[in-house]
Amino acid sequence: MGKYLIKRILIAIPVLLMVTVFCFGMVNLAPGDPSDLYLSQNATQVQKQEMKKNLGLDKPVYVQYVKWLGKTAQGDLGFSFASRTPVAEVIPEKLAATVELLICTLILSYAVAIPLGIICARHQGGWLDNTITGVSFLGVSIPGFFFGLGMVYIFAVELHWLPTGGMSSLGQSSGLLDRVSHIIMPTIVLSLFYCSNMLRYVRSSMIDIFSENYMRTAVSKGLSRKVVLWRHGFRNALIPIITVISSDIPKMLGGAVVTEQIFSWPGLGQLTISSIGSRDYPMLMAINLIAAVGVLICNLIADVLYAAVDPRIRY
Amino acid sequence: MELISKKFNFVSKNKLEELEQLSQVQGTDQNNDSYVKTVLKRFFKDKVATVSLIIFLLIVLAAVLAPIIAPYSPSKSVGYFEAAPSGKFLLGTDDVGRDVLSRLIYGSQASLTVGILSVLIYAAIGTTLGLLSGFLGGFWDSVIMRITDVFMSFPYFIVILVVVSLIGPGLWTVTFAIGFLNWPVLCRLVRGEVMKLRKVDYVQAAVASGYNTFQIVFKHIFPNTLGIILVNMTFGIATSIITEASLSFLGAGVQPPTPSWGNLMSDAQSINVLANEYWQWLPPGIMILLAVLSINFVGDGLRRAVEGK
Repeated sequence: MGKYLIKRILIAIPVLLMVTVFCFGMVNLAPGDPSDLYLSQNATQVQKQEMKKNLGLDKPVYVQYVKWLGKTAQGDLGFSFASRTPVAEVIPEKLAATVELLICTLILSYAVAIPLGIICARHQGGWLDNTITGVSFLGVSIPGFFFGLGMVYIFAVELHWLPTGGMSSLGQSSGLLDRVSHIIMPTIVLSLFYCSNMLRYVRSSMIDIFSENYMRTAVSKGLSRKVVLWRHGFRNALIPIITVISSDIPKMLGGAVVTEQIFSWPGLGQLTISSIGSRDYPMLMAINLIAAVGVLICNLIADVLYAAVDPRIRY
Repeated sequence: MELISKKFNFVSKNKLEELEQLSQVQGTDQNNDSYVKTVLKRFFKDKVATVSLIIFLLIVLAAVLAPIIAPYSPSKSVGYFEAAPSGKFLLGTDDVGRDVLSRLIYGSQASLTVGILSVLIYAAIGTTLGLLSGFLGGFWDSVIMRITDVFMSFPYFIVILVVVSLIGPGLWTVTFAIGFLNWPVLCRLVRGEVMKLRKVDYVQAAVASGYNTFQIVFKHIFPNTLGIILVNMTFGIATSIITEASLSFLGAGVQPPTPSWGNLMSDAQSINVLANEYWQWLPPGIMILLAVLSINFVGDGLRRAVEGK
């Protein structure tokens, strides 16, 4: 296991390096000269050259890349064009908001998708299965922003049950209840797609497993239905479910951009949109880099979980 | 007992499929025809899939015939501002007095163009790289796989947003951004399939009899992967339509005055429009849902027809 983990991390390193090259290339492709940011508009050519030298922009590209990589590794992500503050100061708070939303989404998706998927598989072809599968089809087909607007219209505008957006109410002391009422809608909106998608995975993998020989053996040796289902069936259905996490998290980050925008959730997604508006490339690069590293870590975790869940997988 | 017999049935069916596929590869055009026919027959037996296909084709038809069926020009102010639906304007007017129904009909042009073209682009890239990766194996395989790893580790919606901010929004930016970023999943799928097919006897035979690589890959392996590629492309159109709509909704996609289903809804980001002018955001939302849902059902039907379940 330890050996496998080391090997897996070693494979991730070249990928990570390529990711950094992409991020760096992206900002270098960006229009505009970073040195202009530090100077007034009527700076002379000499001043410009001086500034370029100070910023290291006169060096060849690969030297700039290595220097940038070194700084990034130490947590220095450069200066935001828009707010003129270090990027590394802005990111943590936004990242925390997004992570909060993503964790709630994952929990809700699993809590709904796993039991419903198992119910569908047990009653395969029945009316319950057909209804739930039908709804899950709707769930993967409805665009998040349309669903979000519909939710805001019904629950915030018409019924006044929930706030239209933000993380907490202004002015009041933001208690737990207040925070929960703010996170309900964004979580449901972001969950819908993943929950529906996961439900279909759970259903089809449970159906496959129900027809396996070891399941029949377990039943025929007199184990209770509960034990068969959870110890033998569900354990095996976990593998495709883990795959879904690693392949869905990058998409979930994309979905978070739209959801955060609709509900003015102050996370990385909203930061992305505002940075695009202000062409804040260092900020965008940092967001991309963090997101990519996050995805790589999730993939790594998924691979380790495979081995933990399924003793047949040996590396 | 029933379970066992079911299982055997399934196995024999699979065998039959394999035989069919084999005959398709080795055989004449007539055999080829019969495989396509079996898949089509299975597909049209599925009522939901057939009805969905008809609905989707109607939407495509509406997009093509937009100049004829749209009651007004999509870009001209023809009535009061923000008028509610009436006999004259079936879906009301927008904030500058344009007819929402006409914009909705014309909007399907942009949405479908992005949806279909972007999928064609990424299918071409993904299929080619997948075939090469799977067949060449070794060094080239691992190079291509590491590249797909890199592409897959970026959240692709955010990357598209960055690309848009670099080269400016628009229909073509969105089409090419989706097309060039979305190929890795298909690439892996095709690669996996090729790896399976490489070991099949007729491919081994072709290798042994000295056919060159390209001939083997494109004449013998490629036709057998077409089924999954088509299924993946169908679902891909649905995803691309949603991606385009989301980008346009955020203002990073198709730019007004050109209408698209997504940018028609972006006004609803203001609570005032959302609360008081449902006719501006509800119809485009329903159109996206209808188009995507019908394509997803078509894709599901096609998948079952290809898999023979």
